[in-house]
Amino acid sequence: MAIKIEMPKLSDTMEEGVIAKWNIKEGDKVSAGDIIAEVETDKATMEVETFDEGTVLKILVEEGDAIPLGGLMAVIGDEGENIDDILAETDAGSGEVSTADSDEDTEKAEDSSSSESEEAEEKAEPKETASDKSSSSDDGRIKASPLAKKMAEEKGIDLSDVDGSGPDGRIVKKDIENYTPSASAPSASFASEESEDIRVSQMRKTIARRLSESKFTSPHFYVTVDIDMEAAMEARKGINEISDVKISFNDIIVKACSVALRRHPSINSSWMEDVIRQHGDVNIAIAVAVEDGLMTPVIRHADKKSLRQISAETRELAGLSRDRKLQPEQMQDSTFTISNLGMFGIEEFTAIINPPNASILAVGAIRDEAVVKNGEIVAGKRMKVTLSNDHRVVDGASAAEFLSTVRSLLENPLAMLL
Amino acid sequence: MAVLQFREAIREALDEEMERDENVFIMGEEVAEYNGAYKVSEGLLDKYGFKRVIDTPISELGFAGIGVGAAMKGLRPVVEFMTFNFAVLAADQILNHASKVRYMLGGQASVPIVFRGPNGSAGQLAATHSVAYDSMYAQFPGLSVIYPSEPDDAKGLLKSAIRNEDPVIFMESEQMYGLRGEVSEEEDYLIPIGKAKVKREGSDVTIVATGKMYHIAKQAADQLSKDGVEAEIIDPRTIKPFDIETVVKSVKKTNRCVIVDESHPFGGLASEVGFLIQREAFDYLDAPVQRVTLPDVCAPFSKPLFDLWLPDAKRVIEAVNTVAYR
Repeated sequence: MAIKIEMPKLSDTMEEGVIAKWNIKEGDKVSAGDIIAEVETDKATMEVETFDEGTVLKILVEEGDAIPLGGLMAVIGDEGENIDDILAETDAGSGEVSTADSDEDTEKAEDSSSSESEEAEEKAEPKETASDKSSSSDDGRIKASPLAKKMAEEKGIDLSDVDGSGPDGRIVKKDIENYTPSASAPSASFASEESEDIRVSQMRKTIARRLSESKFTSPHFYVTVDIDMEAAMEARKGINEISDVKISFNDIIVKACSVALRRHPSINSSWMEDVIRQHGDVNIAIAVAVEDGLMTPVIRHADKKSLRQISAETRELAGLSRDRKLQPEQMQDSTFTISNLGMFGIEEFTAIINPPNASILAVGAIRDEAVVKNGEIVAGKRMKVTLSNDHRVVDGASAAEFLSTVRSLLENPLAMLL
Repeated sequence: MAVLQFREAIREALDEEMERDENVFIMGEEVAEYNGAYKVSEGLLDKYGFKRVIDTPISELGFAGIGVGAAMKGLRPVVEFMTFNFAVLAADQILNHASKVRYMLGGQASVPIVFRGPNGSAGQLAATHSVAYDSMYAQFPGLSVIYPSEPDDAKGLLKSAIRNEDPVIFMESEQMYGLRGEVSEEEDYLIPIGKAKVKREGSDVTIVATGKMYHIAKQAADQLSKDGVEAEIIDPRTIKPFDIETVVKSVKKTNRCVIVDESHPFGGLASEVGFLIQREAFDYLDAPVQRVTLPDVCAPFSKPLFDLWLPDAKRVIEAVNTVAYR
């Protein structure tokens, strides 16, 4: 009896998975528990194991291909078994293997499964293209509902600038209502060079979706403060002389924020439509740059942990992030996020709130600065941090009070022990 | 307002019109001594006698013809069919005579007749007893077609139908005869033929439904409301002439429309209304008009198949979700 291997649900939010690597090939013998593939989901790269034993009769998708949840990846059974029925079923289901749009991928698909895949592509249901958000079709015509066209004309909006959210990328009323014009690009007067279309990874899709949602739905406002870091630098030097784990400035900032969040529960909150939830725990997410994206592992109960624990945990989570080994639960339940670009010499920046947090802290570099102390100009160490806030939850005064606490904790690190 | 059953509202209309005008008489199978197959004409024989409440043999073509002749000579017949599924036997009299006499005689004669009775399906009655004929009759110039959904509409419209100078097809439903509803106690209560009524206000989608389908649309709207979608229900009440103005006014507000139609899909009420909306409100549409109809298949006898066949609230909700891009 042949067994179908279908794309499993590897994270709560995944809708499709990309085969990162096959560990098997057709003809291989597998037994229960074997790791047969690695699959890239919207969150991480996960291993897929088989629960059955047998011979790999057919592999239907290539590395790099995206398959929807439940889509057929491979068939396992007894050697020589006839699996035409299963394959025919997949063809009839059509378009289960959604290859990326580039020519290269289409060619690959044709090579691998001959004329069958052509047929499948022809039969692909309209639903398949419904997820394609681009509003122009192959013939370059922009699809828009009559109402959307009329509204765009009245508002002077060029439909080619609008992304359609309807079926086949149709621009509908909602898209015109939500449209915000972007600054027009300057016209280029140079010979144009070849552009390259890069396939959007699962992680990029997640970043795009979540951050757009955040920026479009939560009204952001920003408060910035310049912090005297001399005392924090002294303290760090002293601690590192005795600590077996090297404490970074970021660790100290995490600590200061966690103490401040405990004192200002209005920042440690989430907008839940009907209620504002003030979280009982202080769980701080840290933005970690990884190849082609960014991860936000979470330090749980940061306010109850020592600097040493925070430091060790941050290092471990950052390592897992870079190796794409972070588990979904290690990215959940954050109540606040810190993003630090200080190591790149960035003086200050504004970050987009990481939903469902109410605020995110953007940390700049520590700079040598001429400062005025006791009426004299002397050399000082300064660091700018900017807090982005969801105005539905946080008001200017409470953001300022929180930032003022963070500042006084960093300017007097001993106060964190209180 | 008095609360009446649908059958009582029709009876009141018949009674009032017979009282008012001695030319009005009723005729059909079992209308007199048996008091009506669905007890619509109960008591009318006792009140008006055999001359004006006439039992006929099982001969639809014959008594429809007698009705057409009587109407041409100045009487006002109300001819009852036990169901419009049996009226196909009288099709020649209805379609070739009643509807065309005024036209063919250059206006020298008219046929002020009402053909009334239940329309469409009523449970497991199988293919030949389950057809909704409203769209078919509406195809024919010279006929007005009315298919009310509530007792109040039934009373006001039947009275107008009896007074109409030309033939009217007046449709009811076995499944609605027991339906209770408030009926106006206004003296000589008349609802003009060809006027739709907004029966539920909403801003998100327009649902057009009449007759039995109105009640399906209402269930769907109640359910959708729990999900935050407010449907506006328009009951045309009259299939022909169709009140497109009221529908267009609503679509201009909601930008989307679902039509629920008890007929088969090809060339039915839903197709006609869908066409009119795109012509009259094209620039206001945010999604293609959707319709919920019977499939292009005869009524199945099997209960599970029958339930799949007849439009229900679930399919109306699905259609609403489609036009609302939900």
